[in-house]
Amino acid sequence: MSEPVKRKIDYNRREMPKQLPQVRSHNFYEVALGYPPETAIEEAQRCLQCKKAGCVEKCPVEINIPGFVRCIAEGDFAKGIKILKEKNCLPAVCGRVCPQEEQCESACIMLKKGGQSAIGRLERFLADWEAAQGKLELPEIPKPTGKKVAVVGGGPAGLTVAGDLIKLGHKVTIFEALHKLGGVLIYGIPEFRLPKAIVYREVEYLRMLGVEVVTDFVVGKTRSVENLLREFDAIFIGAGAGLPWFMNIPGENLNGVYSANEYLTRMNLMKGFMFPQYQTPIKEHAKVAVVGGGNVAMDCARTALRLGAETRIIYRRSRQELPARLEEVENAEEEGVIFDFLTLPIRYIGDENGWVKEIEYLKMQLGEPDASGRRSPVPIEGSETILPVDAVVCAIGNSPNPLIPTSTKGLQIGKKGNIVADEATGKTSMEKVWAGGDVVTGAATVILAMGAGRKAARSMHEFLCSG
Amino acid sequence: MFKVISNEMVVPNIHLLTVEAPAVAAQIEPGQFVILRSEEDGERIPLSIADWDRDKGTLTFAIVNVGGTTDKLASLRAGTDIPTVVGPLGNATEIGEFGTVVCIGGCYGIGSIYPIARALKEKNNRVITIIEARSSYLLFWEDKYKQVSDKFVTITRDGSRGVRGHITHLPEILGGLPEPANRIIVNGCTFLMKHTSEISRPFGIKTIVSLNPIMIDGTGMCGVCRVSIASKTKFACVDGPDFDGHEVDWAELLQRRKTYIREEAIPLRTSKCEEHAANRRGNIV
Repeated sequence: MSEPVKRKIDYNRREMPKQLPQVRSHNFYEVALGYPPETAIEEAQRCLQCKKAGCVEKCPVEINIPGFVRCIAEGDFAKGIKILKEKNCLPAVCGRVCPQEEQCESACIMLKKGGQSAIGRLERFLADWEAAQGKLELPEIPKPTGKKVAVVGGGPAGLTVAGDLIKLGHKVTIFEALHKLGGVLIYGIPEFRLPKAIVYREVEYLRMLGVEVVTDFVVGKTRSVENLLREFDAIFIGAGAGLPWFMNIPGENLNGVYSANEYLTRMNLMKGFMFPQYQTPIKEHAKVAVVGGGNVAMDCARTALRLGAETRIIYRRSRQELPARLEEVENAEEEGVIFDFLTLPIRYIGDENGWVKEIEYLKMQLGEPDASGRRSPVPIEGSETILPVDAVVCAIGNSPNPLIPTSTKGLQIGKKGNIVADEATGKTSMEKVWAGGDVVTGAATVILAMGAGRKAARSMHEFLCSG
Repeated sequence: MFKVISNEMVVPNIHLLTVEAPAVAAQIEPGQFVILRSEEDGERIPLSIADWDRDKGTLTFAIVNVGGTTDKLASLRAGTDIPTVVGPLGNATEIGEFGTVVCIGGCYGIGSIYPIARALKEKNNRVITIIEARSSYLLFWEDKYKQVSDKFVTITRDGSRGVRGHITHLPEILGGLPEPANRIIVNGCTFLMKHTSEISRPFGIKTIVSLNPIMIDGTGMCGVCRVSIASKTKFACVDGPDFDGHEVDWAELLQRRKTYIREEAIPLRTSKCEEHAANRRGNIV
């Protein structure tokens, strides 16, 4: 390879076109529209092609980032997608929902001048380019090993394990409790951030590779883990999120107080916004308050906004401490979500029919840093305020799904009801059983679940080949 | 897909729906439920199980036609497929050697209390079964109940069969037993379960109810099925559906069940003439 020509570094990170805020706040179509090819090539040509690429080290699934970016720069998109898919079977999803600013892009040496490579947008570009070609290139699958793997849960972790192991010649069956595969990608993340057609496409790719899918099947209920072990050589448990947390304040069981899980499931999995064509109802609300400051809270608020409600985020710290991705916060602000920072609900007040009508909250100020390193909110005495609302969405997190932990003897369970699994390998206390994703960590991100799936798949492959 | 084996209206507006779901039928225990969808765009609703046949791999539900989805289920014909029958969900009803147990069923509970009574009988309990309805024409499975009950009582509001009135007559029925009841188990409408719990409280008889809040996934994720039990929030899908009736916050449950009452009724506001006519035209073309 010839020495790269010395050139001036281009710090101009290329913007991705978006729907205008005043337009998108009234529809459920995707907000970000993706790079046109010429912009993608320009963006890719900015990459410095570092020999020791920090971005790869920061990627939970170790994608060869300089490799696929170089292909885009050279206009060879087909080769680019091939490189991308070597490590990531869900590129269209990751390109959209990964927190790149904390991972790959945070290690880019152009970051110092605010010109870090737009890796996520390029990843998305390749995946969408491939889909637009209308033909998928399937990798060659080695001779069957004769080993059978059960994957419990068809979310990001499970899909990654399935994709990795099928490509290594193992026979893979995914068992999914809901009626559709995708886990949080289907029930949780809204259409305007991740169109469901994209999830179906990525799931379809796995089916084409030979992954078998059983939906409407609850492992731990329909069939136990122990029973599956009689048929399968190894099992991966990626059962995902569980019961929502509430704040244990008065009035949380009033009508019109939702958990984020319920609110989003009604909207995304069940398509409540299309009632009565889809038969799962959703109420029309005029004033919605979403409690919490994470990505899920942003998703809930932006959904309520699109349904026509005056929507606000109620968060106990300040803007700086919001755990949501900055991009999502900015999107929400542009669209007209109101942010009430430094506010803490202390009770919900109902009307005579048991419907929430008001929130009482306290004003907060920031005190000393707490265990998380963020300045902790301290209530201001006498600052009780009443806010009229007709719906509240509580988006403050959830525990791991309880069904498998409570039904599987011999599986070591952590304090929070999570399955205990080795961080490097995903191995659990049960022989032939691995686990990863939210059922191990509690609520986290799509890419962390995928990373856990990747590590588990590697360890499972080693085990399957040794036996 | 899950095949409908049979569907008959057993009494006015109550349908016995039998579907093929071998994996669920192999595991199901008394008191558990399934989540079911009637069609691709349909909602997920929880249904108590009234009976099953492990050999044939079938489940039977007693469905009261009261809303959009139950109306669709009521009109399913044998041989058609439905997209979702998932379970068994929830915890099974505790079946111990209690001594004398009073099983009370009303509404769809006339179906779902049956496997509980049968299992209790198999455990050598003395089983007293009470089924209740507005009138005698709404009672069913009396023969089945007689086979598994030491004493079988019917209550009708109009007195057209058995005791006239409501479950308020429970104290007299309990008083007529040769030995005190050790446990009461109630399945049916929320009001019946609430009322029974209130009546049994002074007698100090443990009263188990099978709660029926709104659910979506039914697998411990969405949290809509939360109920207050002894002032603590519990989730009926994974912590229940059975709870001690004396500890339930009934007012809250009744209020939460009404959340979508208007939306549930929307599909029933039509006599379906237009829809039917449109289908007919489609057939002719």
